Amino acid sequence: MKALRFNWFTSPVLGALWMVVLSTTVAIIMSFATGDPFRPHILFSLLWGGVIGFAIGHRMGGRIGELIGGVALVALILLNFGPLTIGELASPFVAILAAVALAAAFVLSGRVILDDLVPGALTRHEFEGAVIRFLTGFGYIFFTAIVLIPFYVMVMTSFKNQSELMQNPLDFSIDIGKGAELFRSYNELFSQFNFGTYLFNSFFISVLTVFITLAFAIPGAYAVARLRFQGRAAFSRSILLIYMVPMIVLALPIYIAFSMTGLRNSFWGIVMIYPVTTIPVALYMLQGYFRGLPAEVEEAGLMDGLSRLAVIWKITLPLSLPALASVSLYVFMIAWNEFLLAFMLLDDPSKFTLTRGIAALNSSEIPRQHLMAGSVIATVPIMALFLGLERFMTKGLTAGSVKG
Amino acid sequence: MAELQPPVGTGPLAKREARLAWGLLFPTIAAVALVVVLPLLAIFWISFKPVELGDLRAPEVTLREDIRGDAEKVGDTPTIRYRLRNSSQEQPITGVTFADVVPEGLVVQELDERCALSARDLTCDLGDWEPGARETLTIPVTVEQAYLDNDLRPQDSPATTTGTSSNVLTNSTFTLENFSRIFNGDEFVEVLWVTLFYTVFGTIGALLVGLFAALLLNKSFKGQGILRGLYLFPYVAPVIAVAFAWLILFDPFSGSANALLIQMGVTPQAINFFGERPLALIMVTVFEIWRYFPLSFLFILARMQSIDTDMYEAADMDGASPFQQFWYLSVPQLLGILSVLFLLRFIWTFNKFDDIFLLTGGNAGTRTLTVNVYEQAFAVSNIGAGAAVAVVIFGCLLTFSIFFLKYISQEEGL
Repeated sequence: MKALRFNWFTSPVLGALWMVVLSTTVAIIMSFATGDPFRPHILFSLLWGGVIGFAIGHRMGGRIGELIGGVALVALILLNFGPLTIGELASPFVAILAAVALAAAFVLSGRVILDDLVPGALTRHEFEGAVIRFLTGFGYIFFTAIVLIPFYVMVMTSFKNQSELMQNPLDFSIDIGKGAELFRSYNELFSQFNFGTYLFNSFFISVLTVFITLAFAIPGAYAVARLRFQGRAAFSRSILLIYMVPMIVLALPIYIAFSMTGLRNSFWGIVMIYPVTTIPVALYMLQGYFRGLPAEVEEAGLMDGLSRLAVIWKITLPLSLPALASVSLYVFMIAWNEFLLAFMLLDDPSKFTLTRGIAALNSSEIPRQHLMAGSVIATVPIMALFLGLERFMTKGLTAGSVKG
Repeated sequence: MAELQPPVGTGPLAKREARLAWGLLFPTIAAVALVVVLPLLAIFWISFKPVELGDLRAPEVTLREDIRGDAEKVGDTPTIRYRLRNSSQEQPITGVTFADVVPEGLVVQELDERCALSARDLTCDLGDWEPGARETLTIPVTVEQAYLDNDLRPQDSPATTTGTSSNVLTNSTFTLENFSRIFNGDEFVEVLWVTLFYTVFGTIGALLVGLFAALLLNKSFKGQGILRGLYLFPYVAPVIAVAFAWLILFDPFSGSANALLIQMGVTPQAINFFGERPLALIMVTVFEIWRYFPLSFLFILARMQSIDTDMYEAADMDGASPFQQFWYLSVPQLLGILSVLFLLRFIWTFNKFDDIFLLTGGNAGTRTLTVNVYEQAFAVSNIGAGAAVAVVIFGCLLTFSIFFLKYISQEEGL
């Protein structure tokens, strides 16, 4: 390791690797955005990345040196000797745009990564700092890419039609000129496939689940958190154990029982089951919060003549509104995203929830942009809710640990 | 004077408190018992039963009633006809009876010997029926004026039937065949191996990727909140939406991923990501990591932000390099949360059903234990075998939870 901690080694290696990362990124972004053939050239990436990385690491020529490096990079790419190979089909404007973007990104970020390297031997701090900055840059690109690409494909596919998709699966550019035609699959889902009803069903069931869950979990959580009784510890432990029972194991007997009693295909059957899957989580989250509230406030209420139930209603609940919001959101999310039970228990299209409705779209006769449009319809409300109330949600997720 | 002593036993106040506590807990306990404990017991019962999907509908007597011949004027002699059938081709029905009301104005001429008529109530006792038995009863009647006036037809009063059939779910036939069936052969070994691979790599992968993401975001900069929200997307979105998005992205014929790989020269022809062994198993594991890294990331980040920064400053003064700080300071601090997360995620990945079911349906060497429950119960229509697999899962989980309870009491707060 020690032998490697020299600037003449570190800066070209990091520069070369960073060039591979960036040229691949630019190639993927440009391919997805325009549908034209872009590809990274690994050998040239390593070569030019190494050369320019060496130059930046040794501060050759200062700002002007960097500018020269950037311009040289653009020229190399356009001459087809660069880290990025651009197919002949791409228009010159797109080609220049890609080349400039890559060159600028590399030079600017390269300066940050190789910031405090000095010529000659490096200290551990300097060396590791550069490696960490490289890894950080890579991490941001990597995570953003893996998270965004599936959602991007989902949304863009829903705007396309079958022949466009088959022609060039990489072309996700949108023709704004088509106007309302873009939303055709959404239109058809709502007009022919009943998605309005599904949306309503999902919303109704989720909201009902939230209320039922809270109605059960609040008293239970209060009892576990505040009241003294035999078996309290055993009880709070067994709540956790219920997390561990897999849904499919329960779904089988529930399916049998519902088939025999005719509760399958009914709203009420679903509304009976969903809350029970969420009550343990909600109870667990709430009791943690209740424990953190000062008991003195409640005792004061008791002294002033309130009954226990009145204390819960008038003191504990108003104090725990943030926790209630987190729990509600979390339960709403579970109910909204629930798939297995809806899939097994609902066969009647008029009673489908959104997730069940999307599962019904998965057939070879229905074009895939409908499937993706359905997915978008199911994803957007929960995302909007999540982004709007992110703070509550994050808290809820951490407190609700791991139901999943 | 009696000696003063501290109170012994539970006083009335404590009793009242305990009563209230149980009262508040009762709804939850009842609901959980009904929907969790009862089904679990049922699973054990069913796993010893030869139940098939078709047996869920109990055999019953189906009956159709009509009137044949003219019934237009007084003195006509039509016949009332009852056609009865055992709806099941496999199960007998014992003690079949039916009862009906003969409309006013129809005079019964002749009665089957198994039937009896009192006033206008007709009852028949048809005895025991073989599977798939059919029977037709005809009753000749004469029309009187009242029938023509009343406009009440024989079909208008629904006939009621009774009969007892033995239900496989409740009778006393037991079998071990379900277990011998699922344990038999290489298939079970493969299912176990796939489950193990998926669970171990899915869990570890999600933890490591989550740790990396947490390290990235453990500093404050502009846009940190946005990135944190963004990185949670895979977990928050409905599984069905993201699973189908992945399927379309990796489609072998028109998927963008394949088009991209071919264009970049990585592969000469399209790869069937979710249809080939062993690639499909790797892909579902990668999906699992992708979908659940946000969860570990969130927990690890929360723990990281609660670590005291003084420690790092001191280490910095002493000349510890960034990697040394990570290895000797951060990792020991994070070990607790990492081990709890590992245990919990291990159990939850083991339990996961939706993801694999949606991505591959358990084909191409991706059938885990949970998918096998569905496969046996619904694809092969053998509910008993499905239940037997569920019992195996439950047994594994009991083992895990012993570990879990041991650790969770040490790592309070999760």
